[in-house]
Amino acid sequence: MTGTGPDPAFLAVRGVTKRFGGLLAVNDATFDVGEGTITGLIGPNGAGKTTLFAVVAGFEKPTSGMVMLEGEDITGRKPHELARMGLARTFQIVQPFAGLTVRENIAVGAFLREAKRGAALEVAEEVATRVGLADQLDKPAAALTVAGRKRLEVARALATRPKLLLLDEVLAGLNPSEVRDIVPVVQGIRASGITVLMIEHVMQAVMNLCSQVHVLAQGRIICSGTPAEVVAAPQVVEAYLGHGAAKRLQGAAHA
Amino acid sequence: MKGALPILAFAVLMGLAPLLVASNVVLNFLVFTLIIALAAQGWNLLGGYGGQYSFGHAAFFGTGAYVTAILQVRYGMNAYPAFTAGIGVAALVGLAIGFLAFRSGLRGSYFALVTLAFAEVFRVLANAAEMTGGAAGILIRLQANPANFQFAERGTFLWVALALVTLALLATLALERSRLGAQLVAVRENEAAAQALGVDVLAVKLRAITLSAAMTGAAGGLYAQYFLYLDANIAYGTWISVEALLAPIVGGAGTVFGPVLGAVILHGLGEATKSLAGSIPGIDLVIFGIVLILVVRFPPRDLPGLLRRRRRA
Ligand SMILES: Nc1ncnc2c1ncn2[C@@H]1O[C@H](COP(=O)(O)OP(=O)(O)OP(=O)(O)O)[C@@H](O)[C@H]1O
Ligand SMILES: [Mg+2]
Repeated sequence: MTGTGPDPAFLAVRGVTKRFGGLLAVNDATFDVGEGTITGLIGPNGAGKTTLFAVVAGFEKPTSGMVMLEGEDITGRKPHELARMGLARTFQIVQPFAGLTVRENIAVGAFLREAKRGAALEVAEEVATRVGLADQLDKPAAALTVAGRKRLEVARALATRPKLLLLDEVLAGLNPSEVRDIVPVVQGIRASGITVLMIEHVMQAVMNLCSQVHVLAQGRIICSGTPAEVVAAPQVVEAYLGHGAAKRLQGAAHA
Repeated sequence: MKGALPILAFAVLMGLAPLLVASNVVLNFLVFTLIIALAAQGWNLLGGYGGQYSFGHAAFFGTGAYVTAILQVRYGMNAYPAFTAGIGVAALVGLAIGFLAFRSGLRGSYFALVTLAFAEVFRVLANAAEMTGGAAGILIRLQANPANFQFAERGTFLWVALALVTLALLATLALERSRLGAQLVAVRENEAAAQALGVDVLAVKLRAITLSAAMTGAAGGLYAQYFLYLDANIAYGTWISVEALLAPIVGGAGTVFGPVLGAVILHGLGEATKSLAGSIPGIDLVIFGIVLILVVRFPPRDLPGLLRRRRRA
């Protein structure tokens, strides 16, 4: 990466490897996320997607490799430092502050940029409106439905005023109508100038939202391209359906 | 400040006590309860709001008490700067213990055990050292004069203790409504989520334990000025670690009034049983134990919460 000038990618992941003991969770992953895009990260269960997010967001140190944000090496920085730099993430397994209200939950995020309680609460309200939680502000977070908790994850992250938002399966566990409700929320986030990298299994949403998709399988990036390109790629089909599946499907189509 | 009204009402009501009651026994009880409430409020900042349960707040109480006493007795310092220094040194001890414990990521029962160990080490050292008067303890000379932070009337001392408790309550309210307070509660609820939202967990815990230690240290200094005698088992004894954590847990951990309420309940019960059951040794501790079991067995943990729920139902 040296000698070619500044990296054009907003987020650049370079040769990231993460090992847990004998398990290679992420294996030499390299990909870019362009500024102002919604980029997808897909792959079968256990592919290493969440681990990759954890590395990017500073929760896990990579065994090797490098992560750069706007050309700056951020490898190994602490999560709170990265949040301050404008990198926010949600958790696949939602992590609400269960004993607090929705308003207080979101305010914790807002306090990153607001020193005063009044201002933080104002931001919390405004963000809640954006993600459709405005009528639940005074509910305890523990009382939210699954869909509500996913929205809360997004709201808290948004309240930190990020420039890059990592969404880890915010659509998982939602019914089709709830998915339809959240898709425009994500589009609104991008429209407000925030770059989004999202892990998602709901292909319908990936096709609708993402301009670029990276496919991770067994820790490796096996394909990158537009949604239409990656779903047509034989190696992607095989990663999901097993070895030889692409050929079998092709055979079936010809028959 | 919103929410300050109940605190001021409490201060006024409690402040009337010396005007209405002449009994030294009652005033004694109230002063002692206020000292415990102050120590407990300190614990509450770290344990109640921050979720870091210390079992060794005696380390801070004792440091505040000993520094207040030693500076006067050995160095001839006036009581007020000595008391202030006691608070400062207690805060530093808190910061140091916090640094050692939190930087290595100790949480939950490990943190509780480490704080307990520190308090015990301090107790043993204070019991052996010359400066602290060793096992014989240390006496502050009786000079009942406001200039010496000593008062001829118990009622006057009650007002001083009450002023400090009121300050502590207002400080707690301010914390609750501040950025630090929100971040502290976030750390209690979920550290990973807090980090993801930009909370520097270590820094927040260190600030909390420093404030917590200062407040409990102030209670120690107050104790020294009231009783004018300390030994290691008083200053660094397990009793105060237990009282400091039990009162908020009974009264409502992580609430402004929890520690005061808990201190009143526990001491009210303790005194009542002592006067009813007479001289059975340790009977008040038995009562403490029973109350603790009840409180842990029947969440919601705080009486205000329970009352609120009743009213709603
Ligand atoms: N902290 C950890 N310690 C040990 N192994 C881990 C740890 N975190 C993840 N793994 C393992 O790493 C592999 C990748 O897990 P990861 O959660 O990143 O996959 P994923 O692509 O997010 O899967 P899913 O789609 O099911 O969420 C799995 O085999 C998982 O068991
Ligand atoms: Mg995952």
